[in-house]
Amino acid sequence: MANSRDTLLDPLFNNNPIALQVLGICSALAVTTKMEVALVMSIAVIAVLTLSNFFISMMRQWIPANIRIIVQLTVIASLVIVTDQVLKAYFYDIARQMTVFIGLIITNCIIMGRAEAFAMQNGPWESIVDGIGNGLGYSAVLMLTAFVRELFGSGRVFGVPVMVTTNDGGWYVANNLMVLSPGAFFIIGMLIWALRAWKRDQVEAE
Amino acid sequence: MRFLRKILDDQEKKFTNGGPLERFYALFEAQDTFLFTPGETTRTTSHVRDAIDMKRLMSTVVVALLGCVYMAMYNTGYQANLAISRGAAALDNWQTTAFQSLGFAFDPSDLLACIVHGALYYLPVLIVTLAVGGAWEALFAIVRGHEINEGFLVTWMLFPLVLPPAIPLWQVALGISFGVVIGKEIFGGTGKNIFNPALMSRAFLFFAYPVFISGDRVWIAAQTTTDGVSGATWLARAAEGGQAVFEPGISWWDAFMGYMPGSMGETSALACLVGAAVLLITGIGSWRVMTGVVLGSVVMSMVLNAVGSTTNPFFDVPFYWHFVLGGWAFGAVFMATDPVSSAHTNTGRWIYGFLIGVFAIIIRVVNPAYPEGMMLAILLMNVFAATIDYYVVRANIKRRSARYAT
Repeated sequence: MANSRDTLLDPLFNNNPIALQVLGICSALAVTTKMEVALVMSIAVIAVLTLSNFFISMMRQWIPANIRIIVQLTVIASLVIVTDQVLKAYFYDIARQMTVFIGLIITNCIIMGRAEAFAMQNGPWESIVDGIGNGLGYSAVLMLTAFVRELFGSGRVFGVPVMVTTNDGGWYVANNLMVLSPGAFFIIGMLIWALRAWKRDQVEAE
Repeated sequence: MRFLRKILDDQEKKFTNGGPLERFYALFEAQDTFLFTPGETTRTTSHVRDAIDMKRLMSTVVVALLGCVYMAMYNTGYQANLAISRGAAALDNWQTTAFQSLGFAFDPSDLLACIVHGALYYLPVLIVTLAVGGAWEALFAIVRGHEINEGFLVTWMLFPLVLPPAIPLWQVALGISFGVVIGKEIFGGTGKNIFNPALMSRAFLFFAYPVFISGDRVWIAAQTTTDGVSGATWLARAAEGGQAVFEPGISWWDAFMGYMPGSMGETSALACLVGAAVLLITGIGSWRVMTGVVLGSVVMSMVLNAVGSTTNPFFDVPFYWHFVLGGWAFGAVFMATDPVSSAHTNTGRWIYGFLIGVFAIIIRVVNPAYPEGMMLAILLMNVFAATIDYYVVRANIKRRSARYAT
């Protein structure tokens, strides 16, 4: 991985952690009903992913191979707890809306996956870049899904009414399916469909 | 007839190899085989010798549905006229304007007035379904280079029949788009879909816009919120009050005939029974699935009758009422027997049908959120149809190989 630019930008479309590797789906379903929440989740994941990649990459020469998963988990768990505390301190309302999903970043397969697949083999600088890149790839899908869900599910973007719903006396009939979790499945599915129609090489061989 | 054939043959050159309209061959093919028997014969060693092909099969289902279509028009108009003559206000929409400008009165005893009033609600839904669904179908056929699937004819007939009368037309368009694209085309088209596309369309609307397809206000094309006239379906009322609500309200015979509010084409168990007869005589619908659904429902409602409940009076409703309320009959005859999404082995069909019956009654009676369970039961079993087949086939292999045990 000589080229930092590729490391950074590849996860956006060519090797997207959600759309191609289909990792981190649970949080993508759970926190995408509102863009605000999705944004905080994105930032939290980018921070944890970048830092965990950085620390694990620095320690990679000293981690015994047979207990490496436990060591990685310890690093990730500590970072998640710090993130959780910061969010509770400074963004209490949003943190409350996200309930357990901040804590569940620890189980987000993307973070573990990058630590194992990338940070264990590469230097700290590349690992940081890789962490940011994959975090952005995750965030891109998250924000897009949240945009569609919030817009069609409640007629808002970042909480600002764009299409006034009938409940508030407007004209837009809110689509309730978008607020339910299956709505996120359909949207992510269609995103993957669109992405693979655009980039044919991502289609799995039959 | 020969004249028509000649026109089509002349046109064919333009659509086949190298013709200017080759991309649109699917559209030509659909026209041609809609009017005439396909001229293709099997080329390899296996020969299918049957006079009936997919298009004739699907057309027979459409014929079987005609009774329900008639009831969709008559009963929709009858219920609306009845409610209006009892004091509910007419809906403020173009249908009412058109109905009155044609010189009709809201008279429930006038057969023609009922049919015309119902048709004003039913036909637009049908036309929108055909136009929007057909456009998706043609788009996928052209882009993917397959034929236009004849299964769409049935989806197109079924979907409007399971909708409430005053459903907004844009929702119809959205629903059928979802059903055709997500329910069918992403799996590869007719024959590969896991779910029944018509039910997928309805399920989409049910969860996306519950206000327009459930509750007490949508089942009659009139403003039933005004005093004295209730628009709730008898199924919903039975869910509230159990068997006692039928006593002064509605006779079993009326419910069987379909003179009650509900989705447009599903109220009449009689029309469904006629459809079932057509499907069974022609051998198109599976009698095993239908019998399975009946048995499953009978067993499950008897179990619930026996168990009883002090808080939920719906437990006591006997099976013969379940048969005539809501979408049970329509689902059992036309939805559960869908040859694509149901089980394909004979034993599998028994199990599949039986479990639909069981789940339909469980969802109806035990679930407090909504009284109708047929749609969800069928969709649920659609998921398991392939699994059931798999185990039936495995069991058969095991049984036969045991004969050769050394």
